[in-house]
Amino acid sequence: MEAFVNQLPIGLSIGAVLLLIALGLTFTFGQMGVINMAHGEFIMAGAYTAFLLPGLFVPSLVVAFFVAGAMGLVLERLAIRHFYGRPLDTLLLTWGVSLVLQQLARDLFGAPNVQVKAPDWLAGGIGILPYNRLFIMGLAIASVVGVWLYLVRTKHGRRMRAVMQNRRLAATSGIDTGRVDMLTFFIGSGLAGIAGVALTLVGPVGPSLGTYYIVDAFLVVVAGGLGQLRGAVLAAAGLGLLNSYAEFWSDASLAKVIVFAAVIAFLQFRPQGLFTVRSRALS
Amino acid sequence: MLSVRDLESGYGRARVLFGVSLTVEPGELVCVMGRNGVGKTTLLDTVMGVLPVTSGTVTFDGRDITRLKPHERVRLGIAYVPQGHDTFPQLSVLGNLQVTLEASKGSPSALDEALDVFPALKPLLKRQAGYLSGGQQQQLAIARALVTRPRMLILDEPTEGIQPSIIIEIEEAIERLHGSGLSVLLVEQYVDIALRLADRFVILDAGRVVREGEARELRGEEVQHLLAV
Ligand SMILES: Nc1ncnc2c1ncn2[C@@H]1O[C@H](COP(=O)(O)OP(=O)(O)O)[C@@H](O)[C@H]1O
Ligand SMILES: [Mg+2]
Repeated sequence: MEAFVNQLPIGLSIGAVLLLIALGLTFTFGQMGVINMAHGEFIMAGAYTAFLLPGLFVPSLVVAFFVAGAMGLVLERLAIRHFYGRPLDTLLLTWGVSLVLQQLARDLFGAPNVQVKAPDWLAGGIGILPYNRLFIMGLAIASVVGVWLYLVRTKHGRRMRAVMQNRRLAATSGIDTGRVDMLTFFIGSGLAGIAGVALTLVGPVGPSLGTYYIVDAFLVVVAGGLGQLRGAVLAAAGLGLLNSYAEFWSDASLAKVIVFAAVIAFLQFRPQGLFTVRSRALS
Repeated sequence: MLSVRDLESGYGRARVLFGVSLTVEPGELVCVMGRNGVGKTTLLDTVMGVLPVTSGTVTFDGRDITRLKPHERVRLGIAYVPQGHDTFPQLSVLGNLQVTLEASKGSPSALDEALDVFPALKPLLKRQAGYLSGGQQQQLAIARALVTRPRMLILDEPTEGIQPSIIIEIEEAIERLHGSGLSVLLVEQYVDIALRLADRFVILDAGRVVREGEARELRGEEVQHLLAV
């Protein structure tokens, strides 16, 4: 029982990291229908941003958002936008980009993992709840609320929703859909950067950091219902907990198999995910 | 005002339009007619830039707009109400209007003017557009187009599949807009509505203009034959 309780904050904080990553994917994959395999490397870029800014943890969250966001923007403009409506090509292309970025990180920072020193004020904790894991959960919740407010309350958010709900109609209503796509990609990728900084609190940083999380994050988006915030929150918490308990009672690779099997079984019953969508992907 | 010359377009390798030409003079209402599948929607989509042109030109106010993106055409003063009373289903009625207004950088009074054309929308502003009836959605779709304060309005079968009471409202609204000087390109299947609204008509068949003329000529038997299902 005690082991069960001790594992809880670990599971929830993994869920929170998955949520941060999935939140970004909700934009690029859920809303635009782009499977961006390089999303994981934007996480990695965020983590190395924190590494390059020692002692500046909170500012590095902001910088990482812009660094990863800019990378996403460039990728969308230079490559992805030429492959809209061709998922397989996009997948292969972004997979290639992902490998190139990992190699680039190896060249720049070396292959071995590096450690980012967590700020002192995140040392310690309340009972079984370490501050660093609490911080990650708080960060994830704040990001969800921020994204929600952005989508529902701002002009740009409304424009983004219009494009996702009916791209053709948005274009013929006078909305510059290309610019909205850029912004969508920027924000989605930027959120990956934030997730990367959060990850430095719970483990070392290496060139392949993103690959550990990206598949799970895609599973979260699919299980939650494409482009659905509520679904992503629930699915992330569920998968995070399942992941950490499975890992606790078996081992890391078996845990992945269990999680994967669980999601597939779930999708047999609800192929549309936890919540249904009415958004239209790019055609 | 709007001039289409020798327009050819289609979907991938399947050609649908084989050299369509037509003009809409300022303040004129031109009705495009023809049986299902002859290419009316394809024509309008190509005029709006939703579909690329294979050959031919589209000019608006003397300016060649053949290669412009759809939103750029909207900014020049063309508004489009596509077939099927499309809305942004998860935005509110007000949100649907606002998002268009913001994109066209218009003044908020344009929104009130658009609502004055369809006062029935006023009590529904907070409703999600996806939950409106087909007729209400069509009114919203037209109001949304008007929010950009267009100089030319393009409508694709605005009365299709709509309850009769709202058809009358829509018809009257189009008549008033036309009366106030707006140029209109209208696709309409009902001959009686076309007769009441149009200055001129164009009949398409298999992607070609087969007949055009003054609205009153629509009464002719030969014309009726071209439209018969
Ligand atoms: N998205 C599409 N892809 C391929 N062919 C299409 C598509 N839309 C319409 N068509 C074809 O183009 C032709 C003209 O269609 P359309 O312009 O919609 O006719 P109308 O509006 O006059 O009823 C039809 O033969 C139709 O099957
Ligand atoms: Mg049609």
